[in-house]
Amino acid sequence: MNKISLKKILKDPYLVIGGIIMGLILLMIIVGFFWTPYEPTKMSASEKLQGISLRHIMGTDNMGRDVFSRVMYGSRVTLLIAVGTIIIGAGLGTIIGSLTGYFGGMFDEVAMRIIDALFAFPSILLALVIVSVFGVGWMQLVVSLGIAFVPSFARIVRGEVLRCKDMDYIQNARLQGVGNFRMIFVHILPNIKGVLASSILIGFNNAVLAEAGLSYLGVGSQPPYASLGRMLSDAQQYMFTRPSYVMCPGIVIVLMVLGFAFLGEGIKRWE
Amino acid sequence: MEKEAVLKVSNLNVFYKNRKRKLFTPKKLKKIQALYDVSFEVEEGEVLAIAGESGCGKSTLARAIVGINKDYSGTIWQKYADPQMVFQDPYNSLNPAKKVGWLLEEPLKVDKSRKWTKDERKKRVEEIMKEIELPLNMLERYPSQLSGGQRQRVCIGIALMRNPKLLIADEPVSALDVTIQAQIMELLRNLHKKLGISIIFISHDLRVVYQISDHVMVMRYGKVVEYGKTKDVYKNPQAEYTRQLLKAAGIVKKETEL
Repeated sequence: MNKISLKKILKDPYLVIGGIIMGLILLMIIVGFFWTPYEPTKMSASEKLQGISLRHIMGTDNMGRDVFSRVMYGSRVTLLIAVGTIIIGAGLGTIIGSLTGYFGGMFDEVAMRIIDALFAFPSILLALVIVSVFGVGWMQLVVSLGIAFVPSFARIVRGEVLRCKDMDYIQNARLQGVGNFRMIFVHILPNIKGVLASSILIGFNNAVLAEAGLSYLGVGSQPPYASLGRMLSDAQQYMFTRPSYVMCPGIVIVLMVLGFAFLGEGIKRWE
Repeated sequence: MEKEAVLKVSNLNVFYKNRKRKLFTPKKLKKIQALYDVSFEVEEGEVLAIAGESGCGKSTLARAIVGINKDYSGTIWQKYADPQMVFQDPYNSLNPAKKVGWLLEEPLKVDKSRKWTKDERKKRVEEIMKEIELPLNMLERYPSQLSGGQRQRVCIGIALMRNPKLLIADEPVSALDVTIQAQIMELLRNLHKKLGISIIFISHDLRVVYQISDHVMVMRYGKVVEYGKTKDVYKNPQAEYTRQLLKAAGIVKKETEL
């Protein structure tokens, strides 16, 4: 395991580019907490569907709301949902994957078949089911996306645990009397943190996209508050009359995904 | 001068799972036998060498004794609990995500027989570092920053952490180059003299075996071919296979020089 040093990070173009993009987006979000150019929900009948100008740097939407303010707010919502999704998905997935991979046997067999079934189940459908049972809201969205993300993490972690499990150093540790849970979480997990970190970042991508997709379908955050996907869905009718309205949130989604992808790739190439 | 035994193994049969089996294969195909009726004793404070070609069951025997492979019939009687083992490949037997100091401390942290305080642990680690002749600043390094010989020293140190009475060294030097081999052998011999532990030394290299062992046991195809005092076996090998091994090691004709 290599030491983390700033010098080495700066040498890796993936990490640098990913870091810059994510830094900009985070900056935008953090500033958005304290200050936005306009109130994101404030409408203005006289300034509907304006183009890019100095007054509104991303233009305005069909109700005269400032798109840039809404993007600042919306990317916060999107990022929060993505983070929540990953915490649930990666957390549960890691626990399930490491337990099944480590203990193996019938338990592993049964758990993995359940995971397979979950894999085959479309995440959008799952989200729709959860939303229709528990009502619309971003908590439901996070939970349903989180559950949808469990299988892929469980798979990845299980594979890695299987790889590590028969290594000599694990046998050695067992010889010294290390218990099962200490073995999994103290001895094995640190060895797979590289793989886990990059798959978490790739997972972030998918979470951002899935959130955008689900909000686009109308099961995500509710108007008048925006998330990036919701904005896209609102903007689609004005795609040809005012392209900037669609482009701006779209580009922010693309940048967010790209930033995570670069970071993930950089971390993957780290070792 | 009959000494007391620390380990008695009798009629040991060891099995491995047949990994190719399907869910419903007949019962007899579920296991593969790796050792057939192995019996021997290790006396207090002696070095027993187990020699033989690759795949003859030397490591299987070691793994059965320390309890990694629990699927055996026959009896393994041990005078002391917790035998320790040094593995063949020093590049694989240290956790790459942990520092040397952490690795050395771990056996004490999980020790069920007594609780070690932080200071005690630190003192013990420093003691062991002296025993295995490594400078203390290496405690802060990761295994990947050590050479093969240094790693093997750390492995030996981890094994010695809780003062075992029986140490099994599974080809501890075969992954190392010749000069480092000599150093590690020297270290093992010193530790053996100083700490009075019994060592089961597994090797395919009869020249290495000759240097260190009191008794030697030659194995082939999971069976014991020959057992005896090292000098006797080397001077006057009984089994044809032992003669072949000695010849392959180039020892037979150099007998007088030894």
